[in-house]
Amino acid sequence: MVSCFLIHTVCPVSALSAAESRILYARVFGPETGDADFTPEQRRLMQKEKLHVVARQARSAVALSREASGGLCVEAVLGEEAAALGEADSGMFSLGNAELFPHRSVVLWLGVQSLAFSLVCRPHENLLLAEGVLRNIARHCLEELRLLGPGAEMLLKSDRVDALLHRLLPHGQLLFLNHRFAFALDKEIASYVSK
Amino acid sequence: MYAAATESLIKQAREIKEEELQRFCGRIFKLLHTKDVSGDTVDSLQRLNLIVSATKYARELPSDLVMKLQTLLRSSSCPEQLQVLTSSIIRESFPSSVHSLCSDLSHDSRTFSHVASVVLAQVSHILESRLSDGQISRHALPILSKMSTVYPEILTDDQVNLVSRKLVDWLRYASMQQGASMSSGGFFSGPRTRQPAPLTEVDGVVTGDFFTVLCLGQSYTEDQWMNMYTFSMIKSWLLHVPSYAQPCNDDRSEVDSSVMSMVSATSSSSRLLPPKERLREKAFEYCQRLIEQSDRKALKKTDTELQKACIVESVSIMDIICGEDPSYVYRAFPCIKALYGRLNGDLAYARALLPIAQFYLNHSEIAAVDSEAVFCQLFSHCPAEQFNEPMLAFEFVQFCLLNASVLQDRVANYRQSFPNILKFLAGNSSGLIAEFVELLPSLIASDTAIELLHTILDLPCLAAALDLQQRSACYQASDRSAWDQQGAKVAACLDAFRQPSYRGLFLYILRPEAGTGDTIDRLKMLHEILADMAESPRVVQCAQVVPVLLHVYFNTVTQKADEKMMNQLLLVLLERSSLVFSTHLQALCKLHPPLIVDQSREILEFASSPANIYSKEDFYTHVVWVIGEYLSVSYDPRCTVELITSFFESLEAVLFEITQVRQSASPPSFSPRLITVLMTTLAKLATRSQDLIPRVSLCLSKMRTFARSAPVMTCYSEEDTEEIITRAHELINLLKLPNVAQFVLAPSAGGDGPRWHRDTNASLPQGMRAVSGLLHRHSSSLPT
Repeated sequence: MVSCFLIHTVCPVSALSAAESRILYARVFGPETGDADFTPEQRRLMQKEKLHVVARQARSAVALSREASGGLCVEAVLGEEAAALGEADSGMFSLGNAELFPHRSVVLWLGVQSLAFSLVCRPHENLLLAEGVLRNIARHCLEELRLLGPGAEMLLKSDRVDALLHRLLPHGQLLFLNHRFAFALDKEIASYVSK
Repeated sequence: MYAAATESLIKQAREIKEEELQRFCGRIFKLLHTKDVSGDTVDSLQRLNLIVSATKYARELPSDLVMKLQTLLRSSSCPEQLQVLTSSIIRESFPSSVHSLCSDLSHDSRTFSHVASVVLAQVSHILESRLSDGQISRHALPILSKMSTVYPEILTDDQVNLVSRKLVDWLRYASMQQGASMSSGGFFSGPRTRQPAPLTEVDGVVTGDFFTVLCLGQSYTEDQWMNMYTFSMIKSWLLHVPSYAQPCNDDRSEVDSSVMSMVSATSSSSRLLPPKERLREKAFEYCQRLIEQSDRKALKKTDTELQKACIVESVSIMDIICGEDPSYVYRAFPCIKALYGRLNGDLAYARALLPIAQFYLNHSEIAAVDSEAVFCQLFSHCPAEQFNEPMLAFEFVQFCLLNASVLQDRVANYRQSFPNILKFLAGNSSGLIAEFVELLPSLIASDTAIELLHTILDLPCLAAALDLQQRSACYQASDRSAWDQQGAKVAACLDAFRQPSYRGLFLYILRPEAGTGDTIDRLKMLHEILADMAESPRVVQCAQVVPVLLHVYFNTVTQKADEKMMNQLLLVLLERSSLVFSTHLQALCKLHPPLIVDQSREILEFASSPANIYSKEDFYTHVVWVIGEYLSVSYDPRCTVELITSFFESLEAVLFEITQVRQSASPPSFSPRLITVLMTTLAKLATRSQDLIPRVSLCLSKMRTFARSAPVMTCYSEEDTEEIITRAHELINLLKLPNVAQFVLAPSAGGDGPRWHRDTNASLPQGMRAVSGLLHRHSSSLPT
């Protein structure tokens, strides 16, 4: 089971401090337990805070990984989604703070130029499958939202991300999709986007 | 990708005023009441979605709009896009909207549980019914899986039975024919041409056994989709749903359509098993089939990757099943062993080795199967070959962490393999340091602890060597252009890496196992060779994690070290002092004070050379402090007057040398704290061999001149100079009363470090000030 999916920045954002990350899309697959003592308002706030912690840590992980590999970042443009994905760095780390995330969750991240796609997985998840799912979702996001272009479509067309998560990661369930199943779902997504 | 435009849009969404928002909501409300869904409606809803999700604090939406959105969500004729948008808006807006959706939801967990069970009952009902539009079942299953994971006690026995039976059907008895595609046939095609084509395996061969996720078809039937969804959630279901004991009698009979049925007592009578046990049986068979199917060479890369994921999942599921019912172990092992034989040595499948190793760890004892080969491959080969695969590295280390105590006890080469395991850290320091902080204690064994300490200190060297090894493997020596492209520094190191005379050095650093020696003699040479790599980012990141590891190491080792080990550790600290934190020296000596006498020669040698001050001042200061604190007959009866005198003379010489006041002397490059610690230590030693008191008093009396000399005045602050002078004065006074001095300068009970000399909370300065004050008042009545 996946707890949440995030798309966030890994480039410097003028309005934020250097280590902060702007979350452009977040989807939490509830319910979360252990919050019985809080009001819904507090729970929502806590959830947002948790997401920011994840985004910050993932940003830091991306930066350190890129620094260590010393790789040059070639900026891909619209139409070069496959190349951008091929060049992307990826990794995983565990969320340490037991108070925020009691289940020792693992964060899987994929850094594509100035954005990162992060998946927070419950422990004992099939991380090999999760990696494949994350790449597939990232590919769709890059294509459907034209992320390699300059536009701000990401924010207003977030329903497309909802729709593709609905198919590729229903309620946080990772799916074992061979290329035929994946093709069928791709067609559904394409038909949603074209409407 | 991320532009100023995006940033300003977010800003607008966040800063929208309350009245403006209400007006906007009013407009949307009107739009939603029109018959057709216009682009304007969608656009407005998208903006509203952004507004409600952009802030940390929830926005309250007008209740009439919320009601309208909920109605829309529930209506079956609503286009998907609107459903997606309304669902998201309701989720993100002021939480009470969610509550009104689920009528009597409250904070009371018992009530919630009842409501949830109503929802579950509906879900189970959906699963049970044979609705033609199977799309509903598709989503019911993940929801069910999620609820059973989070609230497993919610499901009643009947519900578990019902679901288990359904899962068995989907898992094992899905259709064997392709689904009818939308465009199959046409007006003129007869029934024969509309015959659905057979399913194939991933390599194109027609499939002959039951349907699994690794079967390909042009389009799939509904129950084949359910097969995929079922397998996707089966591990979680088996893990979380509690089992029950009563057998079920009203099992439906069905035809066992399996071509290759397992020949075993369990499966032939599987119809008689209760649903949970039957599900286990079928899941087991499914996993075995997947493992077989993974042997085929897939035509598409997606499918190859899926095969790997299926192997990992299948082995994990079989592991869980064997854990619940050990009778499966004997059926599982032949399969797992054959799988291991296939994957062993294939680097592309390295990640799949981990669940296999876990299986062996959990069940090899029961089955009396020898697991040595598996762990040998895992620890002796895997890290050396794949240290730079971040995902594998993470999973490998997680595996070690999860099983640390068992590995320590039962797998002989686990602890021996720390040089290999540390390669993962060298290759990915920032990503794995948190894990290694927890893992390190399990790698410490008494016979290899010293070697481990050296290896930790050499971690940056290891990172550099691994980097060179990789580059060397990529580029031919003759391809000079590629070589040189990497920069002159790296090229020089690469040359060194290739030289036969340095082979031994590199072979040692890159060794897979411990036990061939603590460290090499020519370590210094290795450091020089690799010096040019010191600035490479990977090496720098590695160097940053070394102090953290040392901290963990010393905390662990000092808890269980014996005298011999402590001696060895002290020697290592002195030998490699530039890298080691002084606190570890202190901790070691505090635990075992006789160390000072044991290693007096080495310590004396270290303390006698002023060169150590300039290169390792902090450590040197601590050495001096430790001498003052623990070189005493009260700690070690072997501490003779000669020993104290020889230490005294060495330190006195050092103090004299560094405080010489000459016309052309340059300002001191060491901190004032060193002076005060030296003075105090000399005074302490003098109280233990009172012949030395006149000498130390003479020495201390020169400190004023030193402190007031021109170079020192320019370099130290006014407070620091005052402190040196005051301290010297206090010590001189104190030493006039040797018995009192002995008491005041005795080791402090708290055993604190050489605190900053102006720390008024530390007992020593306080004690001394008190005595000094007393002396001052009564100085006229004291004998001189």
